[in-house]
Amino acid sequence: MKVFLKFDYNAVCMRVLEEKLDALGLDYQLSGFGEVDFLENLSSDKRAEFAGFLEPYNIEIVEEHKSILVQKIKDTIIDMVYNQDAELTVKSSVYLSEALGHSYGYLANLFSEVTFTSIEHFTILQKIEYTKHLILNEGMSLTEIAFKLNYSSVAHLSGQFKKTTGITPSAFQRIIAKRRENLN
Amino acid sequence: MASNYTHIILADDDEDDRMFFTDAFDELKIGTKVATFPDGIALMDYLNQSDAELPSILFLDLNMPRKNGKECLKEIRQNSRFNSVAVAIYSTSASEEDIEDTFVQGANVYIKKPSSFKKLKNVLSSVVATNWQYETSGLNRDNFLLRL
Repeated sequence: MKVFLKFDYNAVCMRVLEEKLDALGLDYQLSGFGEVDFLENLSSDKRAEFAGFLEPYNIEIVEEHKSILVQKIKDTIIDMVYNQDAELTVKSSVYLSEALGHSYGYLANLFSEVTFTSIEHFTILQKIEYTKHLILNEGMSLTEIAFKLNYSSVAHLSGQFKKTTGITPSAFQRIIAKRRENLN
Repeated sequence: MASNYTHIILADDDEDDRMFFTDAFDELKIGTKVATFPDGIALMDYLNQSDAELPSILFLDLNMPRKNGKECLKEIRQNSRFNSVAVAIYSTSASEEDIEDTFVQGANVYIKKPSSFKKLKNVLSSVVATNWQYETSGLNRDNFLLRL
């Protein structure tokens, strides 16, 4: 025999939260869906206990510090890409882990988890974006850009551009020029 | 609270292609909400409602009855209300002329419809990931061109 059930997911989640929060024994307010306001400071022990209560239900506390750290990783990479005049004396992975005080493995995992992309891919994308900027706004040649961004050769930069965007640097330049013509 | 899904729209007259598309996103599990429309008129009617939820990425088939992809692209790029929408052309054509022409008209991505479901998933996930970088990393969207 089959029995059919009807759920209200929202109500189910709220009920679970209330039960677990009551068990925690702290004053709280449920403000909106997925947001808990603790009326007193949440000690890290209590926080861990709360996270433990929620784990069986696949409910996760969204880690604020994770997204902050990811932002710091991005900022550091962007800084590295845009200020490469002073050539890096260490590998970028070493530089990142020293600048942020975490192992590169930890940073790389965290970054992929939060952004759906890898640190390597993000770095390449930033370099290609900077290349676009230099082509369009500074009128630099690809040779000059390859030198400025520490590519071993123009072919390497040009190949990476094509691989990342699917189009060649010259096609990119042509398309943007035509777009600007259309606007006028 | 910021929404934690990416809103995606596809306009395509081929029912099978629409199904493959939504299935691919279902399997990718990257937090997307997908809506589909069978032609350009239906799409534009939806987008032009003042309370329409605008997509992060709009996938446009080129050959559609009633109003084709290029016409939709033109209308969208003439309306500043849609500035934040990335437009991805999703077509069986890979003619250099179509590609360059749509890029010049303001498309951000050009996808030749992949031949396998697995490739489709790869292509869609890289479009979403790249678009996400543009949305969250302060990159210049005018320079967002991607061909897959």
